Amino acid sequence: MKFLKFLLVGIFFGIVLVKSEAVSWYRIYEMFKFQAFHMYGIIGSAVFLGVLFIWLFKKYKIKSIEGKDIDLVPKDKGVARYILGGTIFGFGWALAGACPGPMYILVGTGVFSMFIVIAAALLGTFTYGLLQKKLPH
Amino acid sequence: MDYILQPWPWYVSGPLIALVMLILVFFGKTFGMSSNLQTLCSIGGAGKYSDYFRFDWKAQRWNLTVVLGAILGGFIATQYLSDGSAIALSAETVADLNELGFSEVGETLLPPEIYSWENVLSLKGIAVLVIAGFLVGFGTRYAGGCTSGHAITGLSNLQLPSLIAVIGFFVGGLIMTFFILPLIFGS
Repeated sequence: MKFLKFLLVGIFFGIVLVKSEAVSWYRIYEMFKFQAFHMYGIIGSAVFLGVLFIWLFKKYKIKSIEGKDIDLVPKDKGVARYILGGTIFGFGWALAGACPGPMYILVGTGVFSMFIVIAAALLGTFTYGLLQKKLPH
Repeated sequence: MDYILQPWPWYVSGPLIALVMLILVFFGKTFGMSSNLQTLCSIGGAGKYSDYFRFDWKAQRWNLTVVLGAILGGFIATQYLSDGSAIALSAETVADLNELGFSEVGETLLPPEIYSWENVLSLKGIAVLVIAGFLVGFGTRYAGGCTSGHAITGLSNLQLPSLIAVIGFFVGGLIMTFFILPLIFGS
């Protein structure tokens, strides 16, 4: 039962990403070509409201339903991992036209060839795990 | 009802994505889809090969549940909440893609030139999907997050590392879109 709320959030997330067309390869291509405002509007408005509400949560010391302060774990310091990892991710994002969330959602829309992309993403993650200590972070 | 069945504009979708992130934060969790890749590797026994996969994956079951829901959401949205309208892409995008050899641009969510079985089951087709997936999986874990974890949650929490990661996403995405896609698909 405690998982039901997460299932519902996931369903809502899947619906929103399909209806926004953010799961579309074409929309990602269009975004990287700077030919429409659509994706920038989606990400920009999400971040704008995110900044505002996370700030409000902290300012008014809103507690989570687990009774703890809202406290997002800060990301580790560093530059190399973010710029290098981010760039590698960007190559894949623009080629597949899907980042990890949309990959799962697109399976639900009936694109079963996406399983190949997901399997390859798992292999990529596994490879990172093997090489982690040898890479600059 | 028509408004639900039509594609949703950015000023509806963006705030709803923020809502997903805020609900998960309110539930005491965080919005990060790519951690599930690490969790799935861990469940598959990858902990035998690297410390990176040695953690209590059961604590991440909530996030796998979000993934399961997302798959269901994708199904519900396409089966029951869509009127089948084509994606209203900009005319330049359609023209550029036609030039790259893509036809029927925007009629489905994904281009058949990449995702139809006919194309997937060719050497080039499968290579494209495998390489793309590998780069996403490797890159996102190296960067410690993807679009949800860095671009939405990290930026909302004013994290400099997330800004650097998002700049990286665009460096890679722009190089791929402007220079590599034409080499792969242009003839």
